[in-house]
Amino acid sequence: MSARPLTVLIHTCAALLAAGCLAATCRTGLEERPTALAFGVLVTVGELSRWTGARVREAAPLAAAGALSYALLGEDAGHSTHHGAPQVVAVVLAAALLGSVPHLARGHGPELDHLARRVLTVGFAAVCFQPLYSRGVFDAWRGPAYALLLLALLALTALCDAVLAAALAHSRTGWPFGPLLRDELHALLGIGSAVCATGAVMALAVAVVGLWALPVFSLPLLLTQLSFRRYAAVRTTYRQTIASLARATEIAGYTPAGHALRVASLCRAVGRDLGLTRPELSVLEHAALMHDIGQLSLVDPVPAGATAVLPTAEQRRIALLGGAVVRQTGVDSAVAVVVERQADPYREQPVAARIVRAVNAYEEKARDAGPGGPLTALEELRLATAEQYAPDVVESLARVLARDSLTLPAAG
Amino acid sequence: MEAVPRRARAYVASTALGALLCLLPLPATRTSWSAVALLALLYAACEQAAARWRVAGTFYPVLLAGAFLLPPSAAALVALPGALFSRADQRPRTLRRGRRAAQLVLGVWAASAVHGALGGRDAVVASDFPYALVPAGAAVLAFCLVLTALDGGLRALTERVPLRRAWRGLFARSLAPVAVHGLAGLMMAVLWRSPYGPVAALLVLLPMCVSWWAFAQYHRERAAHQATIRALVQAVDIKDEYTRGHSERVGQASMMIARELGMDDERVEVLRFAGILHDVGKLGVPTRLLRKDGPLTPEERRVIELHPEYGHEMVRGIGFLGEARAAVLHHHERLDGSGYPYGLVGTQIPESARVVAVADAFDAMTSTRSYRRARPVPVALQELERCAGSQFDPRMVTALVRALVRDGWHPAVTAQEEPRVPAPPAPVAAPARAHR
Repeated sequence: MSARPLTVLIHTCAALLAAGCLAATCRTGLEERPTALAFGVLVTVGELSRWTGARVREAAPLAAAGALSYALLGEDAGHSTHHGAPQVVAVVLAAALLGSVPHLARGHGPELDHLARRVLTVGFAAVCFQPLYSRGVFDAWRGPAYALLLLALLALTALCDAVLAAALAHSRTGWPFGPLLRDELHALLGIGSAVCATGAVMALAVAVVGLWALPVFSLPLLLTQLSFRRYAAVRTTYRQTIASLARATEIAGYTPAGHALRVASLCRAVGRDLGLTRPELSVLEHAALMHDIGQLSLVDPVPAGATAVLPTAEQRRIALLGGAVVRQTGVDSAVAVVVERQADPYREQPVAARIVRAVNAYEEKARDAGPGGPLTALEELRLATAEQYAPDVVESLARVLARDSLTLPAAG
Repeated sequence: MEAVPRRARAYVASTALGALLCLLPLPATRTSWSAVALLALLYAACEQAAARWRVAGTFYPVLLAGAFLLPPSAAALVALPGALFSRADQRPRTLRRGRRAAQLVLGVWAASAVHGALGGRDAVVASDFPYALVPAGAAVLAFCLVLTALDGGLRALTERVPLRRAWRGLFARSLAPVAVHGLAGLMMAVLWRSPYGPVAALLVLLPMCVSWWAFAQYHRERAAHQATIRALVQAVDIKDEYTRGHSERVGQASMMIARELGMDDERVEVLRFAGILHDVGKLGVPTRLLRKDGPLTPEERRVIELHPEYGHEMVRGIGFLGEARAAVLHHHERLDGSGYPYGLVGTQIPESARVVAVADAFDAMTSTRSYRRARPVPVALQELERCAGSQFDPRMVTALVRALVRDGWHPAVTAQEEPRVPAPPAPVAAPARAHR
């Protein structure tokens, strides 16, 4: 994929910051080596236990919390620390690089985005805290107020991280920035808050009891990480199952092979373009995968599974049958509603059902129509925007097709 | 609901008496009552949150932090309000709540007493690490011992399980989670006594809560997932209404065979899925053929015999099904090689497929089909034994016979399924037929 200006800008900033901090640290040498080593080990272990594969918000919560607590560390067992912001960034960078060696060795590419975010957010927290702390600005904040101050700083850092993550995702995928930022902020409530709280607690606990606090408190966070990993794993198998259910109609010969998957991926892209939230997107994707399931109740298949050319009454009957099947599956009932209403006139439909209807019709019309198929199909959809297909959905579909060159294998 | 045995009531009453004895020295105790109130409130809030998220299990860090901070009777008081007002799913609710409260009071009291006796409270105030870990570890051990001993005692009384067996499993399972909660509780206690005060201690709870929430999500998602597997099966029912409930029953019989063969729980679960999904490939067979009354032509028979391959094609993408996928593909193979699709012989047939084949044949014989009535269980077993060796693996047949002799055959009847009666047309399928 070609490099985009925003990504290049963020990576350059991170690289400059990292280089500057490394140079400064090399000149002055490491202060308080045991502390630096302990936090370095913590971040390395956190990166090593990072999970790859499943798409999750914070892949290495332990490493993130460790890095943030080092950035906000003011005391060690009652003695003031003297490491400055450059040393924080240098130690975290070295540890993160070390921790990603096995991932590199296993053939996962270097995750530059991940590294850039880590360096920039840790740099932000350290620059906000360390210089002011060493100048004694925080001396007036004692006791509980100090704990709250750390928490506020971490919240600010988390916000910055969310903006960075959304900007990187926007630049990489071209999806609109607003919904991406909203998703990132929403995720802060989940594992993001756990990471922030752990960062604050570790900094405070090290201030009270010294480095012993690190192993004692990493264990509960490891537990958090484990629960999230299991959650992600079961989500993955769930998706596999729904995809298999979707293929039932293909194996039964009711729909052409790959139809459900193509409709689902195109629906997801259109949903993103229209700014749907993450839960809405997952409902949309599941509904798109299962949109043809009602055809299983037909005694004889519809020719080529093309429901878009059937009379409206017949389309709605099949949609209702499909909804009834989906309702039995224990999937979110929102999915059943989308499947049921996929053949209604668009003004009465929920957004997800509009998307499924338009994308399904496009896929059916374009798939066997040769090289000019996609354009003709889009034109047909545009002509039917009076009643059947929502105009904004059709336009969004056109944008997605133009941007990602998502043409069909048969046509492209 | 069955009545609660009298000895169980007596057991709970004596536990409650013990708990009261623990709380008796309270008026003479000198402690920070505001800390007790705050911790009790926190614990009660956590219990309520657990009820809302439907998490099984208890949130121990607050209780253990109380045990590390307060003298025994005050620490025990922390558990009381939260446990008394907690949610009980099953009746009798009052008895259950009372039992829970009494157990927790006793457990926390014991933990706090052990912790105090080892000088743990001074270690917490002085944040004397690593020594503080020793009394905390001992307290966690005591807490876990008391709770599991009380639970095990009740189980031994009501279910007549030997006491040792009831207790050992419980203890081994709960020690690790309680230990992690104990570490969080220790951190809470240390921060509570530090200059940063209770505010910092509260922060410790946040990651624990998030982990807990993720755990609850995991269970919800897993339940949804299993419902979806069922849906795969119901999709078959839509097409072939005479076999309604057949898949579930084959799942149950496969599970019985697997248990009898001494397989571990995970494998038993996979084999249950194998039984449930074995006919999923019938989705690929034209509905007209499945619903045809009367004899099939050889041509039609060949089409129906494709269903194991269709089924395998469908489920091969579902990773967690493991060897159940092989069972779907090979459940019509016969030991003498005359089966399909590949005509495998003897041990070439995967073990899971041999289990499902027996379960499938058994249920086919004991349930009513359109073309014949159901046979009684003993007749079906005789028939299976006659074909053991040529068609079925004798090991599996013996296992099924043994399991049936011991437990009997009680196929689960769910709300929508009436397996013994020729099923009425499925509500979903009805419009399709009317339209035909």
